[in-house]
Amino acid sequence: MHKLISSIRKEILLLRRDFGGVIILFVMPLILLIAVTLIQNRDFAKSGHSKIQILLVDNDNGAVSKSVNENLEKSEIFSVVTKIDDQKITEKIAREAVFKGQYQLAIVIPENLSSDLQSKIDQNVEKIIGSLGLTDSLPKTITKKIVGQKNVNLYFDPAVQLSFKDAVMSNIDKMISQIETKSIYTAFEAQLGEEGKGQFEQKSFIAFREINPTVNNKEIKPNSVQHNVPAWTLFAMFFIVIPLSINIVKEKNQGTFIRLRTNPVSYATVLAGKTVTYLIICMIQFYMMVALAVFVFPGLGLPALNVEGNLIMLSIVAFFSAFAAIGYGILVGTIAKTQEQSAPFGSTSVIVLAALGGVWVPVFAMPHFMQVVAQFSPMNWGLNAFYDVFLRHATILDILPEISLLLLFFAITIGLALLYDQKKRSL
Amino acid sequence: MQSIIEIKNLTKKYRDAEMYALDDFSLDIIEGEVFGVLGPNGAGKTTLISILCGLLKPTSGSFTIDGLNYHDNAFDIKKIIGVVPQEYALYPTLTARENLQYFGSMYGLKGSDLKEKVSNSLDFLGLLKFADKKIDTFSGGMKRRINLIAGILHEPKVLFLDEPTVGVDVHSKNAIIEYLQQLNKKGTTIIYTSHHLSEAQDFCTHIAIVDRGKIYAKGTPGQLISETENAQNLEDVFISLTGTALRDA
Repeated sequence: MHKLISSIRKEILLLRRDFGGVIILFVMPLILLIAVTLIQNRDFAKSGHSKIQILLVDNDNGAVSKSVNENLEKSEIFSVVTKIDDQKITEKIAREAVFKGQYQLAIVIPENLSSDLQSKIDQNVEKIIGSLGLTDSLPKTITKKIVGQKNVNLYFDPAVQLSFKDAVMSNIDKMISQIETKSIYTAFEAQLGEEGKGQFEQKSFIAFREINPTVNNKEIKPNSVQHNVPAWTLFAMFFIVIPLSINIVKEKNQGTFIRLRTNPVSYATVLAGKTVTYLIICMIQFYMMVALAVFVFPGLGLPALNVEGNLIMLSIVAFFSAFAAIGYGILVGTIAKTQEQSAPFGSTSVIVLAALGGVWVPVFAMPHFMQVVAQFSPMNWGLNAFYDVFLRHATILDILPEISLLLLFFAITIGLALLYDQKKRSL
Repeated sequence: MQSIIEIKNLTKKYRDAEMYALDDFSLDIIEGEVFGVLGPNGAGKTTLISILCGLLKPTSGSFTIDGLNYHDNAFDIKKIIGVVPQEYALYPTLTARENLQYFGSMYGLKGSDLKEKVSNSLDFLGLLKFADKKIDTFSGGMKRRINLIAGILHEPKVLFLDEPTVGVDVHSKNAIIEYLQQLNKKGTTIIYTSHHLSEAQDFCTHIAIVDRGKIYAKGTPGQLISETENAQNLEDVFISLTGTALRDA
């Protein structure tokens, strides 16, 4: 025990003397958490601080283009630009501006879209009404014009991410569909004359209502903070792999490790000293990030993190996640020969584990093969346990599988580190 | 006279190496000796010490230290040996006192006993006033002295020294040798490797000249000099036995 306490004291002294390292350990995760939560906070985006400018080339000048313009403005995410340098935008200008990255998106509404849409709908409505034998109500003025398919051209900045592109296209598609539906209803009303006026309820019949879980009759509404804090806290905790592996590699290169191997102290005791020290650091990181989310986030316009009644359970998840991160750091440090090996490998592999764990893209949205692979990421186990506690109000029994896996991961990585160390001695 | 180290037919071949680093190496070292293991680069000196300290496993053969077999008594052997490696095996950002207290505690020393031993050793080697300075502010000679203290705080029965005076000035070298001699008088057996043949001649009671993993000659410095034709000193003996060809190439 005395040797373990001395080892812990030594590790703490080493950390205290490395100011840069302490900054990385405690300040960088906080910066990361603030930055990511602000970026991903949809409510914040909706408040009008960060509207995306899109170019609208209106060659139609009709009801459809007017409706598109209004709907885009109403979305509160986009701000519509129709002129550059006081000049009306043409398709050519829009294309160049977007492809140069000056704007992320341009929508080009073709000529006569409104009138052609109306003609097409009128023709279809005429057919339907004709087939119902209501030809008396048809106005005589309809001409049989052949209307081809119309294209609304979309230009995206090549640097725009696919997810953004998909979201925008889906929104525009929805908007056009609504306009078409509205036009169809209007056409029917017009065909039916005075009798049809006001007959059709144009408001959507089906509406979506989100039902959130309740605890003590209080609705738990997930927000970006509750999603981001667990994910990025876990990510930051796993970054302990870098300083920890560097610490071990340094000991090997300094020769202190050789000295320790000739001392009557087991490698397991040396590793236990590091484990306890870095476990303390991980828990301090965790509480700092939680405190930040609870007390500082509201001041930044973000929702406060609600940890009411969950702090003990969250601490348990953080504790076992820290074990997994430390075990991985010790394994990387034991195998790596130089800091040039341990630091890039440590950081890259943590990012891979985070990606697999669902920190960026939810696991359920991944391709099937990656969903299977994700089951082996300790960050996935930690994240699931955090979400279970935060958003599903799980009990200790509910998270037992995840925390057991995290502990098992620690045991396996430490076991591999000890085995590798043994094997190296027999060179 | 009792052997404190008995080495029998020790062999070491590194993976992918063509030659044996130690080739059927046998040696007895008597308790209380200052035993010098001398040889050119690549002779097998560091391999021998690394095996005796438990840092490497031999390919074959066996050895005992104070009657203990390493295979079964590794922990007990580590308690009675001290190791001073060639490189500065110290934490640069810790102070001299913090380093020594840490390594001392790994030998089971604690409390006032540990503090006293650290202070006395630092005082003897003229470093007490630098006790609370970080190692990375020390000169090479100061680091070398701290490196030595870290290996002997627990007053080991057997001390392994790998080039303990390399790269230090004459004052530091004399202080280190004087300290080691005092330790030897108290009963510590010293096994020492060096390229400083004149230093070895003065310091060692017995010497083995090794090359290519084998012992070429063994005896007191005086015996080795007198048994070698035209030899005036240990360097002459060394060249006579190992030749003049460069070994680094």
